[in-house]
Amino acid sequence: MTPAYSVIFFTTASGAGYGLLFLLGLFSAIEAVPADPALGWMGFGLSLGLITFGLLSSTFHLGHPERAWRALTQWQSSWLSREGVLAIFTYGPTVLFAYGWLYLGDTSGVWAVMGVLSALGAAATVFCTSMIYGTLRTIPSWANKWTPFNYMVLGLATGAVLLNALQNLLGAHSQNITMLCVGSLVLAWVGKIGFWKVDPMPYKAGSATGLGTIGEVTSLSSPNTNATFVQREMGFQVARKHADKLRRISVITLFVIPIILTVATVFVSSGLAATFAIHALIFTIIGIVTERWLFFAEAQHVVNLYYGDHRS
Amino acid sequence: MTMLPSSLPPKKLGLVIDLDICVGCHACAVNCKQWNTGGHSAPLTDHEPYGNDVFGVWFNRVHGYEVDDGKSGRAVYFPRSCLHCEDAPCVTVCPTGASYKRGEDGIVLVDHDKCIGCKLCSWSCPYGAREFDEDEGVMKKCTLCVDRVYNENLEEWERLPACVITCPAGARHFGDFADPNSDVSKMSAERGGYDLMPEMDTKPVNKYLPPRPRQLDEKPNQLLDAPEKGFLGWLDKVLS
Ligand code: SF4
Ligand code: SF4
Ligand code: SF4
Repeated sequence: MTPAYSVIFFTTASGAGYGLLFLLGLFSAIEAVPADPALGWMGFGLSLGLITFGLLSSTFHLGHPERAWRALTQWQSSWLSREGVLAIFTYGPTVLFAYGWLYLGDTSGVWAVMGVLSALGAAATVFCTSMIYGTLRTIPSWANKWTPFNYMVLGLATGAVLLNALQNLLGAHSQNITMLCVGSLVLAWVGKIGFWKVDPMPYKAGSATGLGTIGEVTSLSSPNTNATFVQREMGFQVARKHADKLRRISVITLFVIPIILTVATVFVSSGLAATFAIHALIFTIIGIVTERWLFFAEAQHVVNLYYGDHRS
Repeated sequence: MTMLPSSLPPKKLGLVIDLDICVGCHACAVNCKQWNTGGHSAPLTDHEPYGNDVFGVWFNRVHGYEVDDGKSGRAVYFPRSCLHCEDAPCVTVCPTGASYKRGEDGIVLVDHDKCIGCKLCSWSCPYGAREFDEDEGVMKKCTLCVDRVYNENLEEWERLPACVITCPAGARHFGDFADPNSDVSKMSAERGGYDLMPEMDTKPVNKYLPPRPRQLDEKPNQLLDAPEKGFLGWLDKVLS
């Protein structure tokens, strides 16, 4: 699949934004983080900023962005529509939760309920995003449980790295958040290993054309001399050797380095811990963008079988 | 609504494509383009139609395949267009309700006034049947010539899809698959009409008829065997 930069930006930014929102909502409800105004302003600013810019950028690749509101109507059948509805719904409790935290300094009682609702909305929205891809049978490497697992856990992990960086910047170090960071990064790593094990194309041209019952099917003449829309959109394939290198880069920058740096924050002075946490964040950003680019670039669509991919 | 019709449409309109007969002339693709660029989904835009970077919207594309049957081998021409699937994923993924399947006859269409051009439907179609119109910013696809088959301004014999009526070999047929006595149903039953990529669970309405086995492959070339009678038998004796 051809990677669209607006979609890469949207899924990574909103994933991290919702991950951060999820953690703010849940942690303050269980009183694991104090309603510190500095953390609040930075946390809500960042998470809502990432979510909002992400959502806006996802409309850039539309043929008719001015009609985007129509995408809220088909929630009964379409995961894309559900994603839109939940994204908008989540703003409600989030704004109230932020109001309680920032203006009343209160994250208990009804404000805690708002926090939990924001966290649930955030998780549900990311789940819907993942199911847009996870339900496409035409792309076998996406149509499995690893896709929602990866989107959810990567959202959580990138949100946790963000929160860890914010806390350390503010000079507050929380062991819980460090552990959560490392735990979610390890889990996300496991998720990627599982995802990369899936056979990207178990189908054959023989079944695409139905001629496989007669013999081995090879494309003899393409219908078109230049690439069609379908080939431009679905035909992109990153070379195996580049993909392997990029997979390694994403594992190192998204998992290995951030895990080491985050663990190291426990053992150093708070000044150095902040530097480490921020570097962990920088590497995570490089890693998640590489991971998401590969998610699209490595995906193979069954329509390519008609154009000579995978004989017989 | 992008929900599929809740009850089975009373009619199941679609095509039979006979791979035994198709000669790969592309006439169906060209007449489809010609009719539809002025029809329901008009225009089917082209970029640089006379330049090097030809790029345009087509609803029908004709492939050629080599099928190695381990015998004499064969070339099969293979037109590919929307199959008007019963469980059309392109309809259920659409977030706007622009893609829909008609309750009365099962034709899958796009409402171009509602489409936001998110292209998700084209990702969900296993058969590459949807092509995005870059100029109009909306998705386009085969309409099953809905503007011909019900068109009372046309003579009755003309009320067929453009691709069907133009095929010089008679490889394409249009009809109602819900009626077991329709020509298309009977033809498909007799000849073993099949679905493309059944593992995608789309339940295509269009059926493809397989190439017939060839007599050549059933009865290998007689001249290669040693004939016993007649002139060739005599020749065989003399020569061996
Ligand atoms: S062939 Fe593709 S576009 Fe046509 S109904 Fe089936 S899934 Fe939809
Ligand atoms: S491109 Fe248009 S028709 Fe296709 S899914 Fe998006 S809104 Fe629906
Ligand atoms: S039915 Fe009409 S729109 Fe569909 S492929 Fe044939 S000519 Fe084109």
